[in-house]
Amino acid sequence: MYDVVIIGAGVSGAAVAREVSRYTANVLVLERCEDVCCGTSKANSAIVHAGYDAHTGSLMARLNVRGSQMMEELSKELDFPYRRNGSMVLCMAEEDRPHLQTLLERGVANGVEGLRIIEREEILRREPNVSPDVVAALDVPTGAIVCPFGLNIAMAENAAVNGVTFQFDTTVTGFTAGEEGWTVHTDKGDVTARCVVNAAGVYADRLHNMVSAKKLHITPRRGDYYLLDKAAGEVAHATLFQLPGKFGKGVLVSPTVHGNTIVGPTAIDIEDKDSTATTREGLDQVAQKAAISVPGIPLRQTITSFAGLRAHEDGGEFIIGEVSDAPGFFDCAGIESPGLSSSPAIGEMVAGLLKEKLGLSPRPDFVAKRKGIVNPQTLSFEERQALIRENPAYGRVICRCETVTEGEIVDAITRPLGARSLDGVKRRTRAGMGRCQGGFCGPRVMEIIARETGMDLSEITKCGGHSRMVVGKTKEGAKA
Amino acid sequence: MNSYDIVIIGGGPAGLAAAVSARDAGVERILILERDSELGGILNQCIHNGFGLHTFQEELTGPEYAARFIDQVEERKIPYLLNTMVLDVNHDRVITAMNKTDGLFQISAKAIILAMGCRERPRGALNIPGTRPAGIYSAGTAQRLVNMEGFLPGRKVVILGSGDIGLIMARRMTLEGAQVQVVAELMPYSGGLKRNIVQCLDDFGIPLKLSHTVVDIRGRERVEGITLAQVDENRRPIPGTEEDYACDTLLLSCGLIPENELSRAAGVDLSPVTSGAVVDESLETSVPGVFACGNVLHVHDLVDFVSQEAAAAGRSAAKYVQGQLETDETPIPVAAKGGVRYTVPARVHPHRMEEQQVVRFRVGAVYQNAYISVYFDDERVSRRKRQIMAPGEMEQVTLKREDLLSRPGLKSITVTIEEA
Repeated sequence: MYDVVIIGAGVSGAAVAREVSRYTANVLVLERCEDVCCGTSKANSAIVHAGYDAHTGSLMARLNVRGSQMMEELSKELDFPYRRNGSMVLCMAEEDRPHLQTLLERGVANGVEGLRIIEREEILRREPNVSPDVVAALDVPTGAIVCPFGLNIAMAENAAVNGVTFQFDTTVTGFTAGEEGWTVHTDKGDVTARCVVNAAGVYADRLHNMVSAKKLHITPRRGDYYLLDKAAGEVAHATLFQLPGKFGKGVLVSPTVHGNTIVGPTAIDIEDKDSTATTREGLDQVAQKAAISVPGIPLRQTITSFAGLRAHEDGGEFIIGEVSDAPGFFDCAGIESPGLSSSPAIGEMVAGLLKEKLGLSPRPDFVAKRKGIVNPQTLSFEERQALIRENPAYGRVICRCETVTEGEIVDAITRPLGARSLDGVKRRTRAGMGRCQGGFCGPRVMEIIARETGMDLSEITKCGGHSRMVVGKTKEGAKA
Repeated sequence: MNSYDIVIIGGGPAGLAAAVSARDAGVERILILERDSELGGILNQCIHNGFGLHTFQEELTGPEYAARFIDQVEERKIPYLLNTMVLDVNHDRVITAMNKTDGLFQISAKAIILAMGCRERPRGALNIPGTRPAGIYSAGTAQRLVNMEGFLPGRKVVILGSGDIGLIMARRMTLEGAQVQVVAELMPYSGGLKRNIVQCLDDFGIPLKLSHTVVDIRGRERVEGITLAQVDENRRPIPGTEEDYACDTLLLSCGLIPENELSRAAGVDLSPVTSGAVVDESLETSVPGVFACGNVLHVHDLVDFVSQEAAAAGRSAAKYVQGQLETDETPIPVAAKGGVRYTVPARVHPHRMEEQQVVRFRVGAVYQNAYISVYFDDERVSRRKRQIMAPGEMEQVTLKREDLLSRPGLKSITVTIEEA
């Protein structure tokens, strides 16, 4: 019997896993997909929100501010890309100024530091690409950007190193309450646990509703995005928000930690919890709205467009804690924006609840630090030479666009919770994430995965399941 | 730091021909840097025939054509490094490169020839809405998987874009037993060679739908289907013309982009039309001593022309190294007008020209029975009728050195299309 079974290996599940791995507990993470970071956590704005947005006194506000404060330290401890680039909320019309003032006051009340309202001249000096129609902005020096894959993967890897077991390709189908805890039914058999953590993203309502009479309802709220080529340059230095409307935070234009520009998202409520298809209307809407803040935004230099789903609970609040009519079942539900920003604080909070519930004691051999995959581009010439001397695979470039070497890819596959698919390698190393989108490196990464894992090339997938890259050998032709 | 007279970046058809001609022009210290594991570039995956009709008056396969030039490089004992990625080229012609055996290293060159080729436009850049499953390949990636790795990317195929690689792959996939249902082309004309449309589509009964594009992609894990729609004259999908196709594969052949990230870093001026360097008659870029040729300069239709152009670049680089390319002559701009999208070269120094200068260009639309005219300032100096001109095929005019030298004070040369 496990002490804790966590359902979902997105950023919330991974954060809980990592934080609970500080204690001596037997923990299992069940994930529906083939890898960590496969749902909402992989397709979002990659922003660490400062925390001025959520209603004062809400759990969302508290965890956002706390998460934002924890993130920088965590990025050093777990070695993932993070940069405090600051953000601005742009006000485009005089009559909207009161809303800006409201945001400022709410931010101050939520405990966000350094907020102030700045005027047109300063905005245009700092952000020359912003529309000259801008009137004022909320300046948010604590706003930051993060690699969402890096954060998610780092927390999961660190949890694994500290003894947490991860089981992929496993879908939870039901629960049975028992005397000592829960039996979790899955398509791969049953597991038992004293406590269950429901961190199932857009599916968290379904799992919750299996055990509780107090129903939740989560709407997948789709967001479409554009990602621009690094060659487009830094269109915005800070993350540029528009004053929030009724649907989320409007469209943002932001640099990413890797030097691209991200533009989006829409906020379109849909039914299908798996539908991350972009639509022409959605993409056009992003383009149109983004041009309000940055009129010359070079969308012609788009290298990919994508969509992600936010798990919007009807109440618009994070639902975190033990379910009142299901003892030992903990929800981590309704984790929509600012969920990524809040995730370290969510992990801390839920681990605290589990510790109390189960009477956990600290793990004496807890390893707090994790070393990420070496990025040779961050090294000096001499360090890079030394790295190649030690391991020549760091001298062979596989992904030309992002200059990713064989050494990095092999590390991504062979480290704890290693990549098994092209997307898994991409999220860990950026191979295939550049301007040619894997056109060149795809077949070569497939070869390396096959070699390192012993899989046949025909078994290699883009992202697990039935997403095989090839359908057979050429000589088999139309047969089979 | 090792130093060379000429360093050539790229060991495909352009780099090889440039190396051979530079050596034949008397340059000793030449080095070719190639990122792949063998010389020959993309020709190695082009196993169909039809290469070399102009150069060798015979039909060779891609690897055979490459082998002719590789043999010449080997005969001349021109050194090359394989599996070597160039990371940076700077304005002072210092090259930073990397491989497994030599590690990270820098070399300096008196002259550099850029011959990095081009890459395919990916799905993301086409901004096609829908899902993002496995089974969407650029045609060249599929070509590599089929011809070099021996794997079939899919069995039921739709191809978007009628570039030459897409056309070739329509035939190739058919021969491997896949069902190629349709080739859709956004433009009202094909981007590929006429002969490829005939030999790769018509001969196999594969329909080509002009003025059509993909407006939706379905399938969560693997492609399950796509929707085609007709587009209007502004290339916008026409509502009501949607047609669904069930397929497991979407191949994209929607344009090639010269791979000029290194050129940009070196400060080379690039043309917004070709995405390649702006060069003069010597194929010298805006950075002295840096030359460009082949598909990194502008995307060619036939490899024979790549070889010709690269040989010229090799000769020019040799002259530069030998101090014979210095000039204080003001170049004469070559302007592209009236349907001519660009010209290579974009400027000429008459005194540095070879006796005959080929000016290559592409047209922006299909023309029937139109004239290619050349003007010196306002005076038309030549006019040549062409039965058909299409964007998929390169056109050329030839300038004579003596004609230019006989007109001191000439301000501009214009190449234009004039309809009858």
